[in-house]
Order: sequence, then structure tokens, then C-alpha cells
Amino acid sequence: MNKMDTTFPTVINGPLHADRRHDSAHKHVAGAADYIDDMPEPVGMLHAALGMTDRAHATITNMDLSGVEAYPGVVAVLTARDFPVNDVSSAHKHDEPVLAEKLVEFHGQPAFVVIAETRAAARQAARRARIEYEDLPAILSVAEAKAAGGKLVTEPLTLKRGDADTALAKAPKRIKGQMEVGGQEHFYLEGHISIAIPGEDDEMTIWASTQHPSEIQHMVAHVLEVPSNAITVFVRRMGGGFGGKETQGNQFAAIAAVAARKLKRAIKIRLDRDEDMAATGKRHDFAIDYDIGFDEEGRIHGVKAEFAARCGFSADLSGPVTDRALFHVDNAYFYPHVEVKSLPLKTNTVSNTAFRGFGGPQGCVGAERFMEEIAYALGKDPLDVRLANFYGEPGSDRVLTPYHQTVEDNIMPRLVAELAEKTAYRKRREEIIAFNKTSRVIRKGIALTPVKFGISFTMTAFNQAGALVHVYQDGSIHLNHGGTEMGQGLYTKVAQVIADCFQVDLDRVKITATTTGKVPNTSATAASSGTDLNGMAAYDAARQIKERLVAFATDKWKVAESDVEFLPNRVRVGTEIIPFPDFISQAYFARIQLSAAGFYKTPEIHWNRATGQGRPFYYFSYGASVSEVSVDTLTGEYIVNRADVLHDVGHSLNPAIDKGQVEGGFIQGMGWLTTEELWWDAKGRLRTHAPSTYKIPLASDKPEIFNVELAEWSVNKLPTIGRSKAVGEPPLVLPISVVEAISMAVASVADYRQCPRLDTPTTPERVLMAIERLKTA
Amino acid sequence: MQQIRFVLNDETVVIDSISPTTTLLDWLRETKRLTGTKEGCGEGDCGACTVLVGKVVDGRIAYRSVNACIRFVPSLSATHVVTIEHLAGPNGILTPIQQALADLHGSQCGFCTPGIVMSLYALLMENPTPSRAEIEVALQGNLCRCTGYESIFRAVEAAAADMSKASPDRLTLARENIIATLNDLKPKRTIRIFHGQQRSIIPFNTADLADAYATEPNAVIVAGATDVGLWVTKQMRQLSPVIFINHLTELQTITETDDKVHLGAVVTYTQAQDVLAKSFPALGKLLIRIGGQQVRNMGTIGGNVANGSPIGDTPPALIALNATLHLRSRNGTRSLPLEDYFVEYGKQAKEPGEFVEALDIPKLGKDEFYAIYKISKRRDEDISALCAAFKLKLDAAGNVASIRIAFGGMAGTPKRASLTEAFLTGKPWNEATVTAARAELAKDYAPLSDWRASSEYRMLTAQNLLTRLLIETSGEQASLERYAMLEAGE
Repeated sequence: MNKMDTTFPTVINGPLHADRRHDSAHKHVAGAADYIDDMPEPVGMLHAALGMTDRAHATITNMDLSGVEAYPGVVAVLTARDFPVNDVSSAHKHDEPVLAEKLVEFHGQPAFVVIAETRAAARQAARRARIEYEDLPAILSVAEAKAAGGKLVTEPLTLKRGDADTALAKAPKRIKGQMEVGGQEHFYLEGHISIAIPGEDDEMTIWASTQHPSEIQHMVAHVLEVPSNAITVFVRRMGGGFGGKETQGNQFAAIAAVAARKLKRAIKIRLDRDEDMAATGKRHDFAIDYDIGFDEEGRIHGVKAEFAARCGFSADLSGPVTDRALFHVDNAYFYPHVEVKSLPLKTNTVSNTAFRGFGGPQGCVGAERFMEEIAYALGKDPLDVRLANFYGEPGSDRVLTPYHQTVEDNIMPRLVAELAEKTAYRKRREEIIAFNKTSRVIRKGIALTPVKFGISFTMTAFNQAGALVHVYQDGSIHLNHGGTEMGQGLYTKVAQVIADCFQVDLDRVKITATTTGKVPNTSATAASSGTDLNGMAAYDAARQIKERLVAFATDKWKVAESDVEFLPNRVRVGTEIIPFPDFISQAYFARIQLSAAGFYKTPEIHWNRATGQGRPFYYFSYGASVSEVSVDTLTGEYIVNRADVLHDVGHSLNPAIDKGQVEGGFIQGMGWLTTEELWWDAKGRLRTHAPSTYKIPLASDKPEIFNVELAEWSVNKLPTIGRSKAVGEPPLVLPISVVEAISMAVASVADYRQCPRLDTPTTPERVLMAIERLKTA
Repeated sequence: MQQIRFVLNDETVVIDSISPTTTLLDWLRETKRLTGTKEGCGEGDCGACTVLVGKVVDGRIAYRSVNACIRFVPSLSATHVVTIEHLAGPNGILTPIQQALADLHGSQCGFCTPGIVMSLYALLMENPTPSRAEIEVALQGNLCRCTGYESIFRAVEAAAADMSKASPDRLTLARENIIATLNDLKPKRTIRIFHGQQRSIIPFNTADLADAYATEPNAVIVAGATDVGLWVTKQMRQLSPVIFINHLTELQTITETDDKVHLGAVVTYTQAQDVLAKSFPALGKLLIRIGGQQVRNMGTIGGNVANGSPIGDTPPALIALNATLHLRSRNGTRSLPLEDYFVEYGKQAKEPGEFVEALDIPKLGKDEFYAIYKISKRRDEDISALCAAFKLKLDAAGNVASIRIAFGGMAGTPKRASLTEAFLTGKPWNEATVTAARAELAKDYAPLSDWRASSEYRMLTAQNLLTRLLIETSGEQASLERYAMLEAGE
């Protein structure tokens, strides 16, 4: 067939801003997408299992591992002594050993590792250790930590603008209160797993379920005492991450690597669900102490607050997480005078870590509690209090955040007005108040809450990314970048960027596993930044190749640059139409370099932590939701009847995938705030350590009616990739409206005169106890 | 010639030796290298390991979703195990539900997806036009952490619309052949499988079971394995010998007479659903809040009772109905009121060699009001913080003629509220009486605090449930039901 006869499409299959399904969707549904445990195993591979301690805080006085060693199939037992560098602290504070040696700092901390011929034998053997301890006083909660003097895992932060003390003293109204915001287990469906395969000399190949291959690389190099160039890390996909695989995989990769080096065999370590939940960190729980001053209109005059977090035994990411809580203590509101500080407390619990939102959601929960308090104090619709406090239009005197960044892109008033209108919020609120007057047992509630979320890593250096693009002689394209795929559709969106750039169908772009060998020095796929950073880096690589191709065409065909045009699956050079593969082939024979490394760094951002001032965020994402609930006032049980979301993702690169992120984020956030309860017993043992006891949302917890829309009119004012905005984390904040709707139903038992002050998660127990409190108040 | 034989996808499998506690999931992934089926939790809660197990009953094959992670391989004799790899046609053509999930963004990370596909395929096989409420029931045993489920509902609705247009899939086409094969594979006598020191016993009939258990009273009897499975996957217990009983047709009998329902010991929740829902609507509603669909397809009401847990959901419901338990051994059978079976925490009125054979559940009298209130942190697939069951009869004057109250989660065993019952009997059924009865309930129980609820919450809620009962006996709904308000047109 003469290729010139091919009918070309008018638009490529898979351009930017179009719905495309996840690149692996057809494999997901057929069980054909390989996760790390599904890969063929190297010959002679051995399996590792953790030997865990069962004290919250103790000194190990004796560890008898003879029963472990004697178990059939056991090849080796490793203890801290087998790790010359016994350190996997991602905060570089040397406060996180791979294995506990003498000191045990949380219930479940691993103290040894069994290597055996089978995973079952390793797990069986691990239970046969006899460890003796001398107990030390254990500090388990924020309250206990504060009472014991408040030892910190890292430096606290204060954000300050204006004079909060004076503003509070002069404010017409003032409320002080406290709120507890619970933590959250990630519950990625695929637990932590690493495979280490020893190579020549000091080389080691690692496959890990990680959001941060570069850190795995550095950490494995660190514990093996070899340079980073000896270590290559791969990850094709994760079965969920949500922040839980940002730093928490370091320990397991380190274990696999050290065992592989010692035994010269490939090693796999795959945690059982219960072990994963006991031994890896979670979302930080906070106790928020607040003092707010406001006027009769509900306008805030001043805010003071302390955000005390249970960080666990080590720093890990607690510094930036508690910082980000403060960065979101304003959520969408202007505080004329503000002083907020963090308290990253050390406790004898597993070290808490990144989780979608990274402290930001906890800050927003605090801000929304302030609004709710004011509304109940003044007998107002909380929406009116919110409207009175939103940041102002650009150029007004109400645009400065507590960290002195100007809010330049405030679309919240429009977004909230549209949502309130579309959902008939005001009318429904009136109907609900009427319903509650006559309903004996079931009470209803409705609330509208917003989210404004700062986009960028607050550590400025992390806002960089690389990509590698090869165009092969047949016109097929190989794409690689530093971002990892955990289900969020990053690979698909970046592939769309490349397809769009070259104007070729998406299936011409091969998406390949993320590896430190192709793109070095990457940042974690985190902070919602995956597409912003890697999309731009990939675009940069494609741009370079395209520029070379244009130069080649102008040179060969003697035409102007403007006469070289990349059309769908073809290139126009002057009047000649050349199919893309033919064009590429000709470029190859003309010795044009068809490969490029792309790079991107986010412009304009800077942050001075010492002064608490700067522009930590490139831009903000916005959204809002309205939720309606029914509460059983005899038992505290509830149903979410309806939720409506309007969310801003700028000019979406892939509306279907973005909508999936918003829906999923909403439900995940709703779980965090409602049924997901982490419960430690008096000995510091996590008793909600599996799905039988830790309850993430089911299909039947979803709002009965669930409408999610993207704000289609929104376009990022800044030159991000395709003028889109980040989507990963902000939607997690949306379901605060569920909590506040439950709160309204509770408040109805005392005629809305009192703010119920629900702590989260709002389990049926918390709801019923709040009802009792209000009834007797 | 002692072998376990079954069909895996399109292959007949013959096993001479296997540990009694090798899970189907490990066997699929490690021995057969079929890695489409995933392990998410290893305890039958997340559903990532969902596969179908087909059994021939009365000449027809019924496929049910089960959790491969807690299903032991020796329990699969003469069944057809279907994994995700076998759904799509040999030419790679996806089934309508797979195609719709892919096209409509029903997967994100994809790890839960094979299990979700299997659950939904099983749903659509039985019910090609499910309502949203029915989809929710089918997905109670599948956790997805990414999507928020809405896209999955959209996919089911699209697939349902496509079902009639789709050509028959390979499972449908092979149906007659599979039935013939499974009939051939049925054991003709008791099978004993050895694996080193470990043994599995698959009795041919109940008499063989009684003999085997009399000889080895320390054997572990496994029916649905929904609890025993966790002894293995979580506590790493090595069980032997294990006697598998879920295939025994004599123990699968369901008979309904004018005055009672008789359930054999290995009748699953799923099998019991219709007959119990008909006679006891409240019990029907409770059953679909026990575990997920996979657990209900495996788990048995007999096992829920035999196991003696203080938080099993059916015992309080059955005690309130005054059910009778039949125990059997080689020496014969004996019967006792169900409540007498639960002696104290961890101890049941069962002699060595005795096993649960059946339950008899008396039907409700004409004027008897029966209610069950299960309270849990999450509505579905959660273990009760407390579970209350009431059987109430009022006399013509509106006084309490009789009342039976049983609670789970309030004591070391499922237990009747004897003092409260005595207090209420003969009194007018009104708010004053119910308010006064609260104090009696506080004497009946001293609940514990744990991760499911505090003792204060348990007691307060238990007392409030008396109020709920009072309101509901008057015909007014005083509890929440999903979609109830939507259906009422609100």
C-alpha cells in the first residue's frame, strides 16, 4: 500500500484535554497488569519476613533467635549487627534504624529479619523468637506527649502576620476551643514490597513499590556503603500509594538489599497486611487549640492556633507535614491578624508520614471549624460566615496569606456561588431545618465547605523533574520520566503530552517503567505535582527533538520553519505531506539525534522557613462541595444522602482521569473523617491493624447521590502544562462538608444554639456522644 | 488413589498431596503462576483475591464468588475454580463488565480490579439488571481505595445495558461440559490426603464425619473457613488433621414447615437468605450485613454458631427466636436451646467428637414483632459493636405478653437480657416502661471497651435501641436505610 494514500485523521487519538482511559485499564480488568509480586521470580530467590517487637518503648535485654534459625527452610537471620549502616532516616536525622538494636521505640518495630526458602517458612520462623525487654515509660498520644514536656522530632514552625494578640483582645467576639483530628492508614491495596537482585561488583537492582525511586536508590546505596551509581531502582506501577510509599519503602528495600548482598541471592520482602499496618507510618493526627476573634458579621479579626501532631518515634516527613498544616490553616479565608504554630511531638508510636494532602487537610479542617464556631455563635448559616471571610479580589487588601504570599488567582467566590446555586443549597437548608422540627429520631444536615490548596513542594529544591524521550526509526516513541504511576493516571497524561506534541496517536507512545537509570535525581511523586513537573519535563524533551526535526526539514526541503507543521500522524513540509514514520526515518538517515532528556523546574517559588515568609506555592487549586446527611439520634449512625462537588483543575489534560481523582479523593477523605479510626490500646499496640477492624469506605458508604463536576471555565493563569492544575490532593479536603453536615444534624437536638464540636473521625460513637452532650447542656 | 480433583479454568487438576491449610490464593499464585488474583489483606475483607467457585447442585452449576485467600485447597473437591485469567475469551475479547470498567475509568491503581471484576461478573450472571442497592450488596466484600466507586457503578450500568447484546462468554459455552466433568470428579468415598505429618479428611457423608471426628476429636472441622482461614493466614497456626465438611449434602438441607425452618450446619448465609428473609424479614436484612458477598457465599450459619464468638451476628438473632441446636456425634444426636450452647467466653456446651448438625428456628407467631438492630462503625462488612435482637408480643391491652431480648457484643457470649425481659413482661408497652427498663439493661450487661466501641457507647446505644423498638412497633421507621428516602421520592 502506498502510504501517501492513507487517509489521515483530523485529530490524533489521545490529544491533550481529551478523555482517555488509564493506559493499563485493559490490563487491570484482565488481571494482566503485573505488580511486583506478579513478576517472574529470579532463580534461587529467597524470601524475607520481619521479626517484630511487641513493646511501645523498651530496652531489649535478650534476643534468643535459636528457634527462628532452627525452623525448616530458614537460610539466615539478620539483626541490626548485619547492617553496618543501620539508618534509613529520610530526614537525615539518624533517628530511624532499619532494625531496632537495643532500643524499641514503637510496638511492632522490626528487630530482626528472617530469610527463608519460602515466604511461609520465613513468616512461621519469625514467630519463634524469644525477646526479653525492660520496659520504659511510653508516650502514646499528643496529650501524653505535651504533659511529659513535649519532646519534638523536628523544629516547629510559626507563621505570623499582624498582631494576633491585640486583634483577639479587641475583637467583639472571641471563642477558644480544641479539636482532635484523627490520623489515617493509607490502605493501598498492594502492601509494601521490594525485590533486590545482586549484580556484578557492587551493583544492585531493586524493584520496589515506591513513589520515590531516587530515595530508594540513595538509601540502598547508603546502607550498602556504595555510590548511588551502583544502584538501579525500577517501578512500573504501584497498587496505590497515597503518600504511604514516599519514604516508607526505604526500610524494606534496605533489608532486601543487605540480605541480597550477604547471601548473593535475590531477595523478596512482601509485608502481610497486618505487618504493613503496624510497621509503617500513617497520616498525622492533630490536636488543634484555637483562639479566634470576630465581629457580629462573622468576619475574623484574629486567629491564634497551635497544631500539635503525633509524629511517632522519628522525624521522617513530620517537619514538612506539620508545616503544610500551617500553610492551610487559612484554607480559603483571609485572617487580618494571625499567629499559628506547629508542635511536631515525639511519641512511642510508628513514625507518621506523608498521606495525600500532607498535613494540608488537617489545617483546612481547623479553618472550617473556625467558620462553624462563628456561625453557631452568631446563629448564622455557616455559608454566610464563609462568604464574609473569603480572600478578596486581586488588588484588594484581603489577599495576603499567613505566610505572606499574595493570593492572585482567587476563583473561590465564583466557584462557591455556582455550586450553591446549582445544588439549591439555601432552599435545601431551609427544608432540612423544617424537617428536623418534626422528625423524632432521624435528623438531617447540610453543609457547603470549600478548599483552596497550595501547589508545589514547600521544599523548593524538590520542584524539578526530568524526562527521557526516544523516537525510534519506525516512528514509535519511548517515554520515560521521573514520575511514578500509582493509579492516578500520570503515565497516561504525560503520554498525552508527548502524543500531542508530535501529533501522533497515543498508542504510538510506549510508556515505560520509572527507573533511576533513565532519569536521575527525581523527586517523589507527591505534593500533587506529578503532572505539573513531569508533564513539563516530557514536553521539554519533545520540544528539543521537534526543534531538531524542524531544522532538519528546513534544511533538507529548503522551506521556512513556518512551513514545517506537525499534523495528525504526518508532517507537512511545504506542500508535501509525509507520514510521521517516514519523516522520522528520513531524519535518522540524515543523522538527526532523535533522543532528548527534558528538564523542568517550577519558576517563581521561594520560601524562607526562618522568617516564615515567601512564595512557597506556584498557584492554588480550588474546589467546594455540598453534602447532605441523615443521622440516627438514637445510635449515632448516619448515611450520606447526597454530595455535589465543583472542583478546579484548570484546563484539564484528561477530564475523565481528573474526575476520577476528585471522586476518589472525596471518598478517601470522607473515610478519614468518618469511619476510619486508628485505635491504640494502653500498651501502644494498634488494634485496628487490618480491614476487619479498620474501616475504609465501601461502595455502600458512597453518597447515595454523588455528582462531581470540574469547573470547566477554569484555566490556570500561569503557564503550567496545558494550563492545567494539579488534582491529586485537594479533593481529599472536600468532604469536610460531610462532617459539618453531620454536625448540623447533631446541633438540631439543641436547636442549633451550640456548636457540636465533633472531633474526627465522626464515628457513630462520637456522633451519639455529642448528641448526649448537647441534650444535657 | 486418594486425590483431590477439581477443575481450574479449563484444566482438570489432580492433587495427591497438599497441606490442609494451603490457601487457594497461594496455590494459584505460587504453584500455578496465575497472578491475576491478588492478595490485599489475607483475611477475606478486601476482595482482591475474589475468584468464582462453581458447584453442581441438582444437575445445574452455580458459581459463587469466594475469597481465595482464606479458602483451603482441599475444600475444592469436585468444583470449578474460575480466575480472572479465564473470563476473557481466548481471543482476548473482554466480557461486558471488563470492557465497561476499562472504558469508563472503573480502575485506577488496578490492584483491586480483578476482584471487583469477579464480584460483578458473578452479580451480572445472576442479575443482569441490578439496581444501585444491589450493586452495593455485591461489592460489600470489595475494597477500592482509589476510585470512590462511582465510576464502578457507571460501568456496571453500562455493562448491564450491553449484556443482552454480548455473545455468550466461555464460561457459558463450557457449562454442559463442566457439569459432566464435575460429576465425574465427585468422590465415591471418604478421602484422606497426607502432606508430611499433616492430614486432610474429606468425609463422604455425615456418618463418616462422625466416625472420623470420634477417632480424632482434636481435629479441626472446617466448613466455610471464614474464621479458621485467619488462624492460618494471620496467626500462622498449623492445623492437622482438618476435616472438611462444606460439601456434605446432608448438612446442606433447608426445610421449611408450618412452624419452623430447619437449617443444616453447612448452609451458607447466601443459601439461607431467601428462606430466612421470607419468614423473618429482619433476619434477612441482617444477613446481607454480615461480611461481604464472598464471605456469605462461604460462611455457614452453623459455623457462626459453632465457633462461639461473642460477636457473631446470627446467635443473638437466633436466640431471640428460641432456636434449637442439634449436636451430633458417633453416639447419636442431642438437642439443646441455642442459648445454652454458649457457656462462657471461649467455652461451648460441646462434648469431644460432637459437631453442630443443624438448627431449628421456630417461626413467628401471628402477633409477634421481631427486630434485629446491628450497630457497627461502618454500615456493611463490619463486625458489630453490638447487635440486638428482640421478639415481642403484646396482649390486647397493649401490655408486654412476652419478650425475648438477646445481645451480641455486650458480654463474653451472646446473651439474653433476662432482667430486662422480666421487668418488661406484663407492663404496658410505652415510653415510661421503656425508660424505666434502661436501668434493668444496665444490670443485665457490663460491656467492655475496645476498638469497636466504648462500654459507655455500647450501653447507651443498647438502651436507646429499646426506644427504637418502641417506636418501630408503632409502625414508624426509626432507623436509617440506604436509598429509603430516595425511593420515598424525597
